[in-house]
Amino acid sequence: MPKTMIEKILQAHSKEDVNAGGIVWIDIDVRSARDFGGANVVKAFNQHYPGDKVNDVSKTVFTFDCNVPANTIAYASNQHACRKFARGQGIKVFDCDAGIGSHVAIENGLVVPGSTMVGTDSHLNILGAIGAFGQGMGDQDIAFVFRAGKTWFEIPETMKIDIKGKLPKGCTAKDLTLKVCGTLTSKGALGMAMEFYGEAIDSLDLAGRITLASMATEMGAIAPMIPPSKDILKFCGKASGKKVEGVFSDKGAKYAKEITIDISNLKPQIAKPPKPDNVVDVESLKDIKVDSVFIGSCTNGTYDDLARAAKLVKGRHVKEGILASVVPATMAGYKRLLKEGHIATFVEAGFLVSNPGCGGCASGQIGMTGKDEVQVSTSNRNFAGKQGDGFTYLASPDTAVASALLGRIATAEEVK
Amino acid sequence: MQTVFEGKAWPLLRDGKLIDDIDTDMIYHNSHLAITDIKQMGQYALGNLKGYESFAKEAKPGDIVVAGQNFGSGSSRQQAIDCFKSLGIGCVLVMSIGAISKRNAINSGYPLFIVEQIDLGALKTGDTIRVDIDKLEITKAGQKVGSLAPISKVQRDILEAGNVFEYAKKL
Repeated sequence: MPKTMIEKILQAHSKEDVNAGGIVWIDIDVRSARDFGGANVVKAFNQHYPGDKVNDVSKTVFTFDCNVPANTIAYASNQHACRKFARGQGIKVFDCDAGIGSHVAIENGLVVPGSTMVGTDSHLNILGAIGAFGQGMGDQDIAFVFRAGKTWFEIPETMKIDIKGKLPKGCTAKDLTLKVCGTLTSKGALGMAMEFYGEAIDSLDLAGRITLASMATEMGAIAPMIPPSKDILKFCGKASGKKVEGVFSDKGAKYAKEITIDISNLKPQIAKPPKPDNVVDVESLKDIKVDSVFIGSCTNGTYDDLARAAKLVKGRHVKEGILASVVPATMAGYKRLLKEGHIATFVEAGFLVSNPGCGGCASGQIGMTGKDEVQVSTSNRNFAGKQGDGFTYLASPDTAVASALLGRIATAEEVK
Repeated sequence: MQTVFEGKAWPLLRDGKLIDDIDTDMIYHNSHLAITDIKQMGQYALGNLKGYESFAKEAKPGDIVVAGQNFGSGSSRQQAIDCFKSLGIGCVLVMSIGAISKRNAINSGYPLFIVEQIDLGALKTGDTIRVDIDKLEITKAGQKVGSLAPISKVQRDILEAGNVFEYAKKL
């Protein structure tokens, strides 16, 4: 029977017949835990498998990215519990300096198209950006996978999304992503995998694919799948030092749903608090004054995102009274931004630049919003209480920069 | 294995409807994530859900929580399930659930079930209801007020075993 991308990837990792709706055991190529959840993974592992070794130390990693470096003793103690466990087991730790685990996994070639990875990051399905299977799981789940190397999984049906038209000038991958999220809503892809097609998808670079894949969780999806382009295969081949072929859906694969979204007339998009699917045109909110701006996160913290933002910033200054912050996703990205002068551009323009990590989403790395504070953020969640006690609007780095420069919600067009 | 749950109902309501999209930050806010002792988790259950801030204080062991669509969406935190376990909540019924929270409930052997249909008109806060997972029925004083979606074999097996760790030992 013809199979979808997720069915084919999981079939290659299972002895059982993989079809949507079935529950099968799948082998996991990379098993990870971050600092949030990590200490509970260690606790559950020690409780259920006292004295045991993890299934395969070469396939197991810790990635600290949420509270980096730890700003409370409790978080510091949790991270240290993970470190001690890792040392005892011989597990590699990407510590507080490394950046966001999912990005680190792609950059370092830990995962390639067709791989399977699980971890305590609910946005780990971002790996669909390279056509790999990633899945966020809770700490009990991950403790089990650390020991077993495999887990049971309910194979989701797949929804096919055709993006019609080219991305208009002035729009970025984030605008496309928000458009899809606003169209599908938070429950639109609930429990499903998604496959993305169309000219605009084909031409997305890795950073753009990461942005799109990063918000599948906000559409309720189990996993997004973006068929890898030649450039993606080349990048992943180089990063991993392996021959990478990619997994693609079969002709005639069965989709639970097929929808088309036309973006030929798309304008910059923004999601109003308190839900990521509250999406409207940026220009409809131009009167809203902004107090703070955050550029970064697993959605928009790549080198490409920040280099593009820096080019828009260059020679200008953040409006007086606005707190604007930049957090690169990974150390590799940070180094390149530093070398090419983009970090200097941000700092000269009045941005606060932090070490790599999750930034504003994890309650603390670069502060939180206060009561009634209005924030424009390039992240993926604006739920009540998520980024603090204020009102968070989700938008592209372009829109975030323009809003920081003008002190109100604005499009990049207005500052060019 | 417990197949019948009886307790006082806590339908999570806003404007007379079950609240949809109750995410993990509303269930168990990220400011309490450093906690690893399950006994400490219950006090924060639903602490960030408007109108239910005092739920943890008022709820009694055995109570049954009923929520809307896409419950537990958001992060992967196990605490969003464990906080109910910590309080001794008998079971949680939802119209639909985020994928990760669903696994978290199943793997930790926590009785969380999907509701197929429920008559909200007949269900008030504090009513005693009975959930029978063999019959897939929700009743109040002997009258049927709702039904459950079928429960997967994996979920039943893990519930029976206690948790995924015990379940895997039997495979």
